[in-house]
Amino acid sequence: MDDATTTATDAVTTVTLGHATDWAGFRAAARTLLQGGRPPQQVQWFTAADAAGDLFAEGSGEAGPAAADDAARAPGASFSPDAPPPASPPRVPREFLQRCERVVLHRDPGRFALMYRLLWRLAHEPGLRHDPLDPDRLRLQHLDRAVKRDMHKMRAFVRFRPVPEPDGGTLHIAWFEPDHWITEANAPFFARRFTQMRWAILTPDASVHWDGQRLHQGPAAQRSDAPPPDAGEALWLTYYRNIFNPARLKLDMMRKEMPTRYWKNLPEATLIGELAQTAQARSTRMVEAPGTVPRRRIAAGPGRAAARPAE
Amino acid sequence: MILDAKLAILADAAKYDASCASSGAAPRNSVGGRGIGSTEGSGICHSYAPDGRCISLLKILLTNFCLYDCLYCVNRVSSNVQRARFTVQEVVNLTLDFYRRNCIEGLFLSSGIIQSPDYTMELVVEVARVLREEHDFRGYIHLKTIPDASPELMQRAGCYADRLSINVELPTPQGLAALAPEKDGAAIRRSMARMAGHIADARQSRREQQGAAQVVSLPGSTRRAAAPHFAPGGQSTQMIVGADAADDRTILATSAQLYGGFRLRRVYYSAFSPIPDASRALPLAAPPMVREHRLYQADWLMRFYGFAHEEIVPARQGGMLSLDMDPKLAWAIAHPERFPVNLNTAPREMLLRVPGLGVGSVDRLLASRRVRRVRHADLSGLRVPLKKVLPFVETVDHRPGRLLDSGHLQAFFATPARPVPLAGAPAAPAPPVQASLFG
Ligand code: SF4
Repeated sequence: MDDATTTATDAVTTVTLGHATDWAGFRAAARTLLQGGRPPQQVQWFTAADAAGDLFAEGSGEAGPAAADDAARAPGASFSPDAPPPASPPRVPREFLQRCERVVLHRDPGRFALMYRLLWRLAHEPGLRHDPLDPDRLRLQHLDRAVKRDMHKMRAFVRFRPVPEPDGGTLHIAWFEPDHWITEANAPFFARRFTQMRWAILTPDASVHWDGQRLHQGPAAQRSDAPPPDAGEALWLTYYRNIFNPARLKLDMMRKEMPTRYWKNLPEATLIGELAQTAQARSTRMVEAPGTVPRRRIAAGPGRAAARPAE
Repeated sequence: MILDAKLAILADAAKYDASCASSGAAPRNSVGGRGIGSTEGSGICHSYAPDGRCISLLKILLTNFCLYDCLYCVNRVSSNVQRARFTVQEVVNLTLDFYRRNCIEGLFLSSGIIQSPDYTMELVVEVARVLREEHDFRGYIHLKTIPDASPELMQRAGCYADRLSINVELPTPQGLAALAPEKDGAAIRRSMARMAGHIADARQSRREQQGAAQVVSLPGSTRRAAAPHFAPGGQSTQMIVGADAADDRTILATSAQLYGGFRLRRVYYSAFSPIPDASRALPLAAPPMVREHRLYQADWLMRFYGFAHEEIVPARQGGMLSLDMDPKLAWAIAHPERFPVNLNTAPREMLLRVPGLGVGSVDRLLASRRVRRVRHADLSGLRVPLKKVLPFVETVDHRPGRLLDSGHLQAFFATPARPVPLAGAPAAPAPPVQASLFG
């Protein structure tokens, strides 16, 4: 289903990939172009979503306005390679391929051109694979890091809320807004972790649903599709409020690891303002309070302490 | 007392423990299991508190009742703090509920000592047992062990937990005797040694079993059950900094001994923090938080950069790390005879000593220079802090000039003196996080 259209004139070959994360389409097109000796400066890369907005691109009429919404899934027109697939594809390091597969998920429109340029150079410059400081390789690595970080932050900041289902079971639903096209690629992680739960993660690009047996992919969603806070969430807020040490306020450090753009979907973030504002006063009070005289409320004999649980 | 109120008290009581790591566990997931949970190598920080600390685990005390009187501790018997106690089931339920919401990686359970060390340890182990056996929970569990508890209980704790810890609390036995009269430094170290033994044995037998599985594949040979895990995430400890007079040199020497002697995964440094209802025997103000940060940086140098602990704090500095600059830069400035380092020829050990070069950058430099000569522009590509690196290195097209010879480095890097930040003052500049200690 990962299809690409390729149109070639003498000067420029234009590839339109089926959708934003069309890895298979990219691989097939890149392999053909490479075998056909098409240098990177003569290739232009688009996805169906770009094409929808580009009046001069082939096939823009077919893609239609829906392509922008469904870019992550919509298959484009069928792939018609210029040349038959080569018998022996160029050999590249496995690590490079894995990296490219992640970089496809990045929203940078230049990612396909960068990857093809690197493929071309790997095939023509033997030293390149040993030079991690090459600017193109550094750029690829930089994009890869951004995708990995986004995937990691999604694993960290998705917050499920339980919703009862008609059959008496519980569905856990989360709303999340990723930076890149990572929703589907990240779903298996949640399936491995929450295997015995039913859950759904909704994002503006796509939704994924685990029914306890298998993953289902669904359409883009809206925040209002996800449930509001439930009563149980209050315990998490209590925990967050009390694990914070007001004597160590370090908001910059917090923002560095938990950037403010995530706050709107993190229930605990509503507490940050209040906690930060009162921290100084609470801390000063602790420092200025004179050392107290111990009142031995619990005698140090065995058994006494346990006899007074705060029930 | 309702659950919410207990949680407030017992989370508050646990927040002085710096550890929240959820890494090092054997990879596993809940596919094919009865429950939920997974660990995939590196842990996940699910949130950050406004104090900049990661929230990865539900970090709570089973109870903050305590028979002991450790002066630095908010839960000591003589403190007037409000007390509470969870039931085993309450902790289990909270852990599972937060986990299902994807708020945590697992549980870090500790406890004040009630009745007896064994009684307390038994309850702590019971929480882990119920989670693992009754709920087939495969998330992360870190148990704080009580040094005086029986070896059998410790053994059981290690079978359920990914990580165990015992806090050495203070850098020296004298400090411990003065501030934690009931605690026994020798017993703490004996416990650590015993756990280190169990951890090593379990690793060894798993390794042997894996080896045997590859070699012996006789038909009909009975498959033995897998050798048990014992705290596969290793053990860690915590030292309180600034509650007694121990200097940084002493603290790092203790850490080096703990890493070497007991193969600890981590030593955490916790700047003594003002607590409500503090004892009169303690300093009321906290040490500057940047001191804690410098200790973490120095610790990093010992573990990943090949520095020996006695090199890091020169004796003539009064045994303290510089607060103004990171310890690697301070070392470089004190050793101009070792620089500049030629990025095209110097061995890895020496590249690691260049201020501003992290392990990842060093490895990339090493790879690149096998195929070509490293240039000034490559450093920009690496995104290393140029101001820090350039005075100490030479490349094909860069030499640091006279800066090194003339002893001007100290002045070049000196930051204008700023007042030591008050604890909690919002203006206090946040030191960089550990993950990017040396950029
Ligand atoms: S044993 Fe000491 S450090 Fe631990 S809770 Fe009791 S008083 Fe605090």
